[in-house]
Amino acid sequence: MLIHLSSPHIHSGDSIRATMFAVILALMPAGIISVYLFGWLAVFLILLCMLGCMFTEFVALKWMGRSTAPVMDGSAALTGLFLALTLPASIPWWMALLGSVFAIGLGKQVYGGLGYNPFNPALSARIILLVSFPLQMTTWLIPMHLGVSAIDLYDFSSAWQLFVFGANALPHALDAITMASPLGHVKTEWSQGIGVSEALRAYDYSYLDAFIGREAGSLGETSALALLIGGIYLLARHTITWHIPFSFIATVAVLAAIASMVDPNHYTPPLFHILAGGLILCAFFMATDPVSSPVTPMGQIVFGIGCGIITWCIRTWGGYPEGAMFSVVLMNCAVPLIDHYCRPTVYGKRGSES
Amino acid sequence: MIKSFLNKLGFASARFAGGITPDMCKWTESSAIEDCPLPPLFIVPIKQHIGQACTPLVQIGDLVLRGQKIAKSEGYLSVPIHAPTSGKVIKIEEHAIPHPSGMGLTSIFIEPDGKDVRDTSLIPMDNWQAIDPAELRERVRLCGITGLGGAAFPTFIKLLKDKRNPIETVILNGVECEPFLTNDHRLMLEHSDEIMHGLQIIMHMVGAKKAIIAIEDNKSDAVNAMQQAVSSTGNDAISVASLPTRYPQGGEKQLIESLTGKQVPAGKLPMHIGVLCQNVGTVKAIDDAVMLGHAITDRIITVSGDAAPKPANMRVRLGTPMRFIYAQCGLENFDGIQILHGGPMMGERMRHPDIPVIKSSTGLLAIRDTRMKAVHQVEDPCIRCGHCSEVCPISLVPNLLADHCRNDQLEKAADYDLFDCIECGACSYVCPSHIPLVHYFRYGKGQTAQVRREQSFAEASRLRSESRDARLQREKDEKAAKRRKVRDTLRSESVLNPDNNSAPKSTTKTEGKE
Amino acid sequence: MEQLLYATLSLGAFALIAGIVLAIASKVFHIEGDPLSDKIDALLPQTQCGQCGFPGCRPYANAVAGGEADVNHCVPGGERTMLSIADLMGVEPKALEEEESVPVVAFVREDECIGCTLCIKACPVDAIIGAPKQYHTVVADHCTGCVLCLEPCPVDCIDMIQKPELLEHWSWPLPDTERAQLGAERRESHHD
Repeated sequence: MLIHLSSPHIHSGDSIRATMFAVILALMPAGIISVYLFGWLAVFLILLCMLGCMFTEFVALKWMGRSTAPVMDGSAALTGLFLALTLPASIPWWMALLGSVFAIGLGKQVYGGLGYNPFNPALSARIILLVSFPLQMTTWLIPMHLGVSAIDLYDFSSAWQLFVFGANALPHALDAITMASPLGHVKTEWSQGIGVSEALRAYDYSYLDAFIGREAGSLGETSALALLIGGIYLLARHTITWHIPFSFIATVAVLAAIASMVDPNHYTPPLFHILAGGLILCAFFMATDPVSSPVTPMGQIVFGIGCGIITWCIRTWGGYPEGAMFSVVLMNCAVPLIDHYCRPTVYGKRGSES
Repeated sequence: MIKSFLNKLGFASARFAGGITPDMCKWTESSAIEDCPLPPLFIVPIKQHIGQACTPLVQIGDLVLRGQKIAKSEGYLSVPIHAPTSGKVIKIEEHAIPHPSGMGLTSIFIEPDGKDVRDTSLIPMDNWQAIDPAELRERVRLCGITGLGGAAFPTFIKLLKDKRNPIETVILNGVECEPFLTNDHRLMLEHSDEIMHGLQIIMHMVGAKKAIIAIEDNKSDAVNAMQQAVSSTGNDAISVASLPTRYPQGGEKQLIESLTGKQVPAGKLPMHIGVLCQNVGTVKAIDDAVMLGHAITDRIITVSGDAAPKPANMRVRLGTPMRFIYAQCGLENFDGIQILHGGPMMGERMRHPDIPVIKSSTGLLAIRDTRMKAVHQVEDPCIRCGHCSEVCPISLVPNLLADHCRNDQLEKAADYDLFDCIECGACSYVCPSHIPLVHYFRYGKGQTAQVRREQSFAEASRLRSESRDARLQREKDEKAAKRRKVRDTLRSESVLNPDNNSAPKSTTKTEGKE
Repeated sequence: MEQLLYATLSLGAFALIAGIVLAIASKVFHIEGDPLSDKIDALLPQTQCGQCGFPGCRPYANAVAGGEADVNHCVPGGERTMLSIADLMGVEPKALEEEESVPVVAFVREDECIGCTLCIKACPVDAIIGAPKQYHTVVADHCTGCVLCLEPCPVDCIDMIQKPELLEHWSWPLPDTERAQLGAERRESHHD
């Protein structure tokens, strides 16, 4: 038997597993913040989603008669972590589990597994959940640090009770433990004719709190600081490049700046847009998901700009308060096209090709 | 520190696009060049360069001298082959050559007589300044010099003094960006004066106004040595450039981009932008050819790798079997060891060590199986991380290109600039999924070449078949015309002579038969 | 009821307009291309071997273009030719009827040749040279390996030999999936 081995005969040592675990590591700060905000509930949700995704992957691979080795490569665990971080803390456990099955089953394995999914699996599952269960997916628990919540999530047993039996089993009314997210609040207020600055004042909004993450929202999306730490780690490790996060966030900022200059009472300011909702999470972690984003630097910038435009449009005019994840999934559709047209100019062909 | 951090973030300071910074493993950089002894048997393949193979000039039993021409070049893109030492030709037959296919080529087997007597028919050209460049160029061709950096392109072709494409700058390539290899490094340290002299000969030959000696900054002693050699000549048209270490800076086109910021247009050669690029080893060989009249019979080879007990830089006669060279470095048992011919990035794996070294042999590596297996893992699916396109020095999109090659979409692959790939291996090196991208590109290139060959053969066959059909038709027509003529004559005769009407009948009969 | 009528009418009108536009476009932008049989002929290997059951490549191309023959009859073209014809015709690829064989060329054992010229007459591409009562020789570079010369030879002095593999024509195969088995292969090559 002849085995033809082509050069090169050395390798950088990088692997899929190393890449996946680096991203998981980069999400740890956000995970810690989520535990700070939502106590044991965050731990339960994250573990449930990660294990749910890995189990689904195992079953899917077994069913297709393929090797089950990829279960441990970290990609399913990462999808689970991603999914958990985009869910509201109060979501019933079975919904989160359903989301995990959707993410791996419908978002990844039906397309052929790792590397072939056109959409970000976690985000597609998140969108399926949002469309299927709009109420539960937009109900935000009051974070623990505000001290006004009627339930102590740092207490294992009460958190467990909430997790297993849901909010309706609690002695309190649901209103006593939930509040609106800043984006949702501003949108609702505007629909009742109340301007941006007034709405924010009523919400007791502070940029510093939003930056650190002390606000209502999904588990992992609230803290810009924690996400930036993880994002910078990934940039330094060269797992992601600056193109998508920068162009994504910059586009939202520019659009918001222009709009809020035109009518500051209607349109929220750029910094609010950047810190609110899942923008930073999406820009640094979701949009940069290698499988479903463009390959070339030029394509990545186009992709980021597209994400930014769609995000801002949905937030401003759309039916949902948050549009970051919709924008990523929508732009995922355009990736093959972007890849085809945004190829870099090959050496020596500058200006020569038609 | 800051620079390397910026490099990591993707702001490369070297000016050619992409590139990687592998672990250089230059273990032999401080070992002086040793002379490899004469092996008991030389195996000299009749082709050691890019281009047409040579025709043997000697017969079995002939006695040859070192440097004697033993195979003459055929065609333009070819240089002659010389005997590596004095001795007797004992056989001429096919033998494995350093080629990834493992296939063989006609080789001349020479048994050395141990006297190592040199052929002195080529007289030194001490007064090269006064000699016509064309004559010097012929000398370079006669001495069988090819690019010694690994590509083995016949050197004399590049040394053409052409009025339409005047050479402005000569770039001396001492970059040596391949890991492990230190042969050029040692050459620059130990033979800086000869290199300097050779460079001036080249500048005279092509009429260049300036020259740049390019060396990567991980060889600071070589930078100093060459700088000293430059200042001792007092020629201020020559400068030494220390470049940041980055693979594949030693690639001709990449080096030109790093030094001049200019790109060689696609389908053109460096001379079209007024640049001539030569490897330092080649320049030393040119100096030997001109000043001493020596044909190329040896070269410096780095023997290294994690399985080589005594890594070394060696001056090895061309045609020495690899097994003999490894033995000089203490390696005799090849169990569990893979042999590489060339550096680890672009070198090829040899199936066994009984293969001779040739003009393009830059290094011989011995790598343990375990290490090779860790590199050549079974590929995982592409996760489209884009690292391959980041490091590609010619800005391809390797993962998409590899998909087209794998699926035999050859036209699409060509559209994705498959034929601009220089096979440097940077993409495969960084791929987290261990996809052998370069392998797919080579497959795609080979398939395309084969399809083109088949098409042109089919086209030729079609033409031959059509011309045959046309010929047969013509012959048939001619026959019919002849027959008609005969019939007409007969008929006119029968009109004249109505009694005789048998002839026309017989003609009709034959026609009916057909 | 009225709504249904409007819907049907508007859709019908739209379909009609679209149909007219398409009809005009197909006339205006009509591209005069090679006839189909020319395109198929260009894909065939031109061995003129007749193994497809037609007397040469052009007749087979005509038959495929006319729908009289399947796309999988070209033996020397192999799978690649079959796939490209199927692609051109827009039909499902079909499995080849015969195994692909290694490329061969004819070779005349000259000492046995009686110089009858029958093989010269049979060769569809004029790849055999020679005159009556002289040895005949196959020009290997021109031979398509069609084997049409074997049958007419009265003394059976023609062999089909494997085309020599040229170093310059060697090309990389696809990467092996059993790349992990390095040592075994090396030991194997060591023994021979």
